Amino acid sequence: MARKKIREYDSKRLLKEHLKRLVHIDLPICSAQVTESTDFTELLEKESWLSQRRLVVKPDMLFGKRGKSGLVALNLDFAGAVEFIKKRLGQEIEIEGCKGPITTFIIEPFIPHKEEYYLAISSERLGFNISFSECGGIEIEENWDKVNSIFLPTKSPLTDEAIAPLIADLPSEIGKKIGNFMKGVFAVFQDLDFSFIEMNPFTLVDGEAYPLDMRGELDENAAFKNEDKWGNLEFPLPFGRVLSPEESFILDLNDKTSASLKFTLLNPKGRIWNMIAGGGASLIYTDTVGDLGCATELGNYTEYGGPSEEEMLKLARVILDCATANPDGRKRSILIGGNIANLTDVGATFDGIIRALKEKKSELKEANIHIYVRRGGPNYLTGLAKMQAVGEELGIPVEVYGPEAVMTGICNRAIEGM
Amino acid sequence: MLTISTTFTGKGLAKSIHTDAKVSSPSSQLPNQKSVMLPSWIFQKIPSLITSHISPSPLERRDILVRLSSSGNEFSQPYLARSEREVICSFPSYFLYSSLCAEAMATGQLFSRTTQALFYNYKQLPIQRMLDFDFLCGRETPSVAGIINPGAEGFQKLFFGQEEIAIPVHSTIEAACAAHPTADVFINFASFRSAAASSMSALKQPTIRVVAIIAEGVPESDTKQLIAYARSNNKVVIGPATVGGIQAGAFKIGDTAGTIDNIIQCKLYRPGSVGFVSKSGGMSNEMYNTIARVTDGIYEGIAIGGDVFPGSTLSDHILRFNNIPQVKMMVVLGELGGRDEYSLVEALKQGKVNKPVVAWVSGTCARLFKSEVQFGHAGAKSGGEMESAQAKNQALKEAGAVVPTSYEAFEAAIKETFDKLVEEGKITPIKDVKPPQIPEDLNSAIKSGKVRAPTHIISTISDDRGEEPCYAGVPMSSIVEQGFGVGDVISLLWFKRSLPRYCTKFIEICVMLCADHGPCVSGAHNTIVTARAGKDLVSSLVSGLLTIGPRFGGAIDDAARYFKDAYDRGLTPYEFVESMKKKGIRVPGIGHRIKRGDNRDKRVELLQLFARTNFPSVKYMEYAVQVETYTLSKANNLVLNVDGAIGSLFLDLLAGSGMFTKQEIDEIVEIGYLNGLFVLARSIGLIGHTFDQKRLKQPLYRHPWEDVLYTKWGMVVWFLDDLFVRLNGGSPSFPSCPAPQFPQHENTVKAVAFFAAM
Repeated sequence: MARKKIREYDSKRLLKEHLKRLVHIDLPICSAQVTESTDFTELLEKESWLSQRRLVVKPDMLFGKRGKSGLVALNLDFAGAVEFIKKRLGQEIEIEGCKGPITTFIIEPFIPHKEEYYLAISSERLGFNISFSECGGIEIEENWDKVNSIFLPTKSPLTDEAIAPLIADLPSEIGKKIGNFMKGVFAVFQDLDFSFIEMNPFTLVDGEAYPLDMRGELDENAAFKNEDKWGNLEFPLPFGRVLSPEESFILDLNDKTSASLKFTLLNPKGRIWNMIAGGGASLIYTDTVGDLGCATELGNYTEYGGPSEEEMLKLARVILDCATANPDGRKRSILIGGNIANLTDVGATFDGIIRALKEKKSELKEANIHIYVRRGGPNYLTGLAKMQAVGEELGIPVEVYGPEAVMTGICNRAIEGM
Repeated sequence: MLTISTTFTGKGLAKSIHTDAKVSSPSSQLPNQKSVMLPSWIFQKIPSLITSHISPSPLERRDILVRLSSSGNEFSQPYLARSEREVICSFPSYFLYSSLCAEAMATGQLFSRTTQALFYNYKQLPIQRMLDFDFLCGRETPSVAGIINPGAEGFQKLFFGQEEIAIPVHSTIEAACAAHPTADVFINFASFRSAAASSMSALKQPTIRVVAIIAEGVPESDTKQLIAYARSNNKVVIGPATVGGIQAGAFKIGDTAGTIDNIIQCKLYRPGSVGFVSKSGGMSNEMYNTIARVTDGIYEGIAIGGDVFPGSTLSDHILRFNNIPQVKMMVVLGELGGRDEYSLVEALKQGKVNKPVVAWVSGTCARLFKSEVQFGHAGAKSGGEMESAQAKNQALKEAGAVVPTSYEAFEAAIKETFDKLVEEGKITPIKDVKPPQIPEDLNSAIKSGKVRAPTHIISTISDDRGEEPCYAGVPMSSIVEQGFGVGDVISLLWFKRSLPRYCTKFIEICVMLCADHGPCVSGAHNTIVTARAGKDLVSSLVSGLLTIGPRFGGAIDDAARYFKDAYDRGLTPYEFVESMKKKGIRVPGIGHRIKRGDNRDKRVELLQLFARTNFPSVKYMEYAVQVETYTLSKANNLVLNVDGAIGSLFLDLLAGSGMFTKQEIDEIVEIGYLNGLFVLARSIGLIGHTFDQKRLKQPLYRHPWEDVLYTKWGMVVWFLDDLFVRLNGGSPSFPSCPAPQFPQHENTVKAVAFFAAM
């Protein structure tokens, strides 16, 4: 659990709903979401403004620079918007090196405007960074020197004095409006556990602030406090990240337990597979395989912490299935590694892995799997002995190492003779 | 060096006491501070100073004023007397500590060999591990002063070496802090939902200086509040999402450094020269090993936790280590994501760190991943280029840290740096001590196969250890799925086998038939009386159950025993009945108050019909019927009653099912299974009567005078009868209703003599 980006549609939905609740600002924004499953007739019934106003359509997929990439359609009627979407829905595109299909769009009223303001709030360790610029819009990066920022320490209220440096250059009437809007957005930011909000740009409609484009990021750790406030919220994967069935299976498993289970498939044809305990150690093992020049052979990134035997079995099954899926006679290695545990019972964790190994005996042999184990901590001797024994029982080469060995030593062993 | 004058005055004291305490503080007089730092021994000393000077008159609270003064600052506080002579000093140490905390991060030491902690949310294992560590280090006092377990109070027994000690348990943070004013570390094992709130109230306690938060998943905004409060109040937060930290040979937080074997392996029972800080708790333990291999060991190690916003940062601790004279070099293990490493870069560049720093930032693999990846730690996320491991390693190297080329080369870099310090004479070899042996816990010794211990209880009917409870090996789920009834459950738990459906159905019929017999029978009566006396359900139920015995409810058991004995010995009904008569025993299971030979008990007929239809053999019942035929010839009310029917048919069930050996049947009859059936069945009725009385709000029952025969003469009859029996040396005259045993009182003898003379 950590910071999670949310869709523009949800950012705006939360902002509109809670600006009204917290500071009684009624944003006149409307937005509609379109995915593959959208029934346009139903949508039209629900959101009548779609047929009454000119529209803007853009993908809502957590990537930016949509305007620059020609993915924003302006000033369409509903039929035009539908046509624009239908043409692109499911189409694969590439954004900054990440490829993926477009699956979600947002439709909004087309707002002709002149002013484009920039507003960003980000949560920092000791407070908040609030940035504002009169020169927002797609050229913001070129105009970065025109962005003013203030730092607001954690417990300080966002007062007019605090905001003053940001809006000093604006005419006082507009400055006051925008200042109030900022205070409202900041209240929503704090109340809903946002970690980042950016509006680039927002404009003024009839003298009132009106966000045109918006990005938001929530702190998923705070989900338990915000169940009602967030409502039905989706945390989409970063653009370009399409989960394999195995990855979705583990993600699903991870969401249902207090244990930590992470599995990322890097290369299905890879010949080095990881089964590493601990957030810190998993990173270092992965680094080391890369350092040894075998990054391309790395099949997966995996991290687990505190799983039950049953959960460990399920995770191990997935990894073994992937590791044995493409046998080609050449040596394949599985790294069952980890640091010297503080409190995890190593023997018990290994029981789940051993059950999976026994299930996949023939697949392991066919894929020429070599297993390298390194672990220390409570009950590690039992765990290592069990691993050694299962190797002998199944006729699979297993090497085991305890805390006396360098943690990443098995990476060297794994790539030898590959 | 700083001198603090401590003055105690008050009417409870024989004379006023004045002591000067020399206090050594890293920065003896802190500028711009209104107060001074006192070491914890002063707090421990104050009560004994007072008690040793108490006059003979008893103390009362607020008798004595303790005045501390230093450099023109003065502070006084009445002490608290817990009893006449026992004194606890609840000195508001915030006054004293505020200065310590002000510069704590900069001045160095957070812990010492006398540091004590309060432990929030009782967890046996980590506390025991802390105490084991204390013992290993030769600490005199346990490092856990008290435990806070919301809603509980009392003591928890734990081991301190070979001895057991009782650690006080408090229900609130405030109470714990008041009771243990010298405990200045708060170790928070609360869940992520409540960790922030409990940590905040701990930080607000004047006596608490350091808060370590173990939970992973504390909301960022909550952590930020803690950070802000800690900063403005000069306190230290370690974590969240951390295992904690350790000062070798002095103090350890929770599970840090794992098992005792590992602590010994890493020589953490005595201080070395290396200060270590990392994000990862698991990797910190790994690094304690690595560092112990190539240096003289850890002086202090802290895991700041893997969150985006740690309570204290890598650089906070490095700057602190820099001010600890015993720390000669520092090792840092950073991670991709966040910018914390850059504040260390800044500190290095500004020359704020003058000891060697060996650093490595892990996560160089992030560039292997095409799209954004969230690694194991919340803070480990490939952000911008600046937050990458590569960029941070580069910056640290440029700022003067020793940065290896990979994690694999980390150990060598640490060794090289250490060896250089030794060469330069900056590190003097540490004299190694042998730590005491810690007795192994029975549980872990058994687990590792080193010892065995006898069990104290044996159970053969059920097992609750697996995925779901099993009755005689049958999982609960299949009991429900297969549509088993209460009879089947009785069959599994009492007979340890699955009996055929006709048997379990018969058991169920018996339970139904025996469930109740109206309010007038003695069991129900007792239950009603007890319920009306305002007693609870269980008391009312058992007062009825306790009535069950030879005269009430015991007939089924007896019927089965006597019928079985007679049948097995081949007695004819005539021989059986007459032999019973001779012994003066009424045949159990025969006779009814209302039913007659021409008006049979409907229940008996139904049982017989069921058995004849379903049982493979009903030989015992047939025998009982023959006995009935004979007794009916003597008197018309001597019919086979429901007790006799159940008793005899139960014998047929056992014998006819073919599932019990002869020995098993004997044992079942012997140890009172049938009585068990009655107890079980009648509990249903007794519970019903209890609820009935309570529902009806019946008042206390009192037996009416009119219904009692008050007479002395009645007593005399019994005395005479008793005397008669004694004189004749024969059997009692009312065998089926034996006389109560009266105590042999001298009046009895006198009375007997009196009446005999009449």
